[in-house]
Amino acid sequence: MELLRLATAGSVDDGKSTLIGRLLYDSKQIFEDQLDAVERTSFARGDDYVDLALLTDGLRAEREQGITIDVAYRYFATPRRKFIMADTPGHIQHTRNMVTGCSTADLVVVLVDARNGITEQTRRHAFVASLLRIPHLVVCVNKMDLVGYDQRRFEEIRAEFQEFATRLEIADLTFIPISALQGDNVVDRSAEMPWYGGSSLLHHLEEVHIASDRNLIDLRFPVQRVIRPRSNDDHRDFRGYAGQVAGGILEVGDEVLVLPSGFTTTVEAIETADGPLQEAFPPMSVVVRLADELDISRGDMICRARNQPTIGQDLSAMVCWMSDATLSVGSKLALKHTTRWVRALVRDLHYRLDVNTLRRDRSVAGLGLNDIGRIDLRTTAPLFYDDYRRDRTTGSFILVDEVTNATVGAGMILRPAP
Amino acid sequence: MTYQLTHLDALESEAIHIIREVVAEFERPALLFSGGKDSAVLLHLASKACWPQSIPFPVVHVDTGHNFPEVLDFRDRRAEGLGVRLVVGSVQQAIDAGEVVEDPTPGASRNRLQTHSLLKTIEQHRYDAVFGGGRRDEEKARAKERVFSYRDEFSQWDPRNQRPELWNLYNGRHRAGEHFRVFPLSNWTELDIWQYIEREELELPSIYFAHSREVFRRDGMLLAIGPYSTPRDGIAEEEPFVATVRYRTVGDMTCTAAVESVAATTADVIAETAVARISERGATRADDRFSEAAMEDRKREGYF
Repeated sequence: MELLRLATAGSVDDGKSTLIGRLLYDSKQIFEDQLDAVERTSFARGDDYVDLALLTDGLRAEREQGITIDVAYRYFATPRRKFIMADTPGHIQHTRNMVTGCSTADLVVVLVDARNGITEQTRRHAFVASLLRIPHLVVCVNKMDLVGYDQRRFEEIRAEFQEFATRLEIADLTFIPISALQGDNVVDRSAEMPWYGGSSLLHHLEEVHIASDRNLIDLRFPVQRVIRPRSNDDHRDFRGYAGQVAGGILEVGDEVLVLPSGFTTTVEAIETADGPLQEAFPPMSVVVRLADELDISRGDMICRARNQPTIGQDLSAMVCWMSDATLSVGSKLALKHTTRWVRALVRDLHYRLDVNTLRRDRSVAGLGLNDIGRIDLRTTAPLFYDDYRRDRTTGSFILVDEVTNATVGAGMILRPAP
Repeated sequence: MTYQLTHLDALESEAIHIIREVVAEFERPALLFSGGKDSAVLLHLASKACWPQSIPFPVVHVDTGHNFPEVLDFRDRRAEGLGVRLVVGSVQQAIDAGEVVEDPTPGASRNRLQTHSLLKTIEQHRYDAVFGGGRRDEEKARAKERVFSYRDEFSQWDPRNQRPELWNLYNGRHRAGEHFRVFPLSNWTELDIWQYIEREELELPSIYFAHSREVFRRDGMLLAIGPYSTPRDGIAEEEPFVATVRYRTVGDMTCTAAVESVAATTADVIAETAVARISERGATRADDRFSEAAMEDRKREGYF
């Protein structure tokens, strides 16, 4: 069984919670006692319907205020796939939460109310999905029952979204007309919309081809830990490098190059606690043994001599800022990239991007909470990185406030900076 | 070759990555090991993550003094088998020393008292990262918790002020006196745990499988009759009877209930779990039933 990670975006008004509730309920992932608790709370609050949002709104403040504050993770499975769903709130801390929920997603579901069509929020969600390079975007045009299951209305919305999407980079775009409340096209195909020839949402989630989304070309193996047992007699001479394959396929016998030293050697073995392997691919966690004894430590990168990442201390990136304190030129921050921590200085702020209009505001002096902008950074030590478009693992970083230790920014690398 | 991992392989790889990040970045990690199924899986993953070294950090158990003997026996054997040091924080000792006061109600749970002993153990040993077997599918408050979950110098969890967690880039930076709770099983479900136990042929305490036991009913749950939980006199509902039961979770005997089941093997349990209609905690944990926010409140104070 395969694993598919998805994120959902939209607000309560779009019927997102109803949709999630239906997916979970129809795939039998909601337990009776959980449903009982939700019914009791809905009733106590005076709702005239069972608010399925309460299933995911786990915090006291969320239940009391009837809003979703934080990303919630939900799990469901069908015989074909297991799904990890990041449910991101539409309003509060929208950009920060959506970027967080989308960072690990293979697919994002954006909900549109058929009566209202494309809104500012729809555009924002689509843009964030595109910025985070989520390979698959599904637009669910919801509440089709309230527009008489009208094909023309669906086509209008699709055309409008497609026109907007030409300005984004979305590899795979799918439109599904649904009614989450009535269950049309959510789990089963709807009898109300014979004009729609596509899959139901759940069927699409089960079938969408994700195997090709990973980068299996560019070998990248960030060293997580050097393993050198001392006391254990069986493995006294063992020297291995533990890590998770970030890109490409690593094979026994491969000629590899180690950064930053630049030495080349051969992969002698790929080992795990369950025995040796012939090859390893993302996102496998393995231990690599090399033919030569080299000076290698955490944060180093194993790659190929003829296919190396960019090596450098100056890079240009899109950054989503997640702190009340302003990011501006001269800010100094801690930065984590793969398994490497460095310090970074903000050298330039090119623009702030208006996520609703995609306009670039070049006059800003800083980025505030939930702003997205393009910056240049200089780091204290070289990073071994790729364009985020090429590899989401070696192209991403987080920024951390050196005083509070809070995570304050998410970065997607574009290219080296001058 | 499709270069595609199964869901169990993907979850295992993610957990190993998380454990290795902690071993690489923290000075004094420890792993909470209760002898329950989730912590048994966690300990197994830790041994894989550290391989071929043995696990370089201790395992910690907070013993309420009301634990199932089968579970304590399993705990000791497992720790010895892996050659890891077992540190036990005793709730009974804390009660005897007058550090905490036990609820005098007969049958009252010591669950909440565990927090004191847990925090004391963490402080005493200056642990800076403590692995737990918590899963996000268990409970609503857990569904919102990070994999690397920050605790301030009072060990408090502030659910409204959590660090965003992006990609697989975990931020464990902290000041002296603060620590992290780390949950490598965050994305696992109860069914994943059982499927993994079957695949890896992991041993569990015998009470996870169907056995005959004298029980009584309280608040619709089946509680075992033992030294710490007895039916109250004169309450008809609590008339004891013998049933074939198993446990879905194992905690304090006073608040952990059994479910009627004939599942004798891991495969039987998987079949039962796949069609279960009541959640693991709803069926078996009296401690989470007090209020909608019972878990959130305990977690804020520093609970697991």
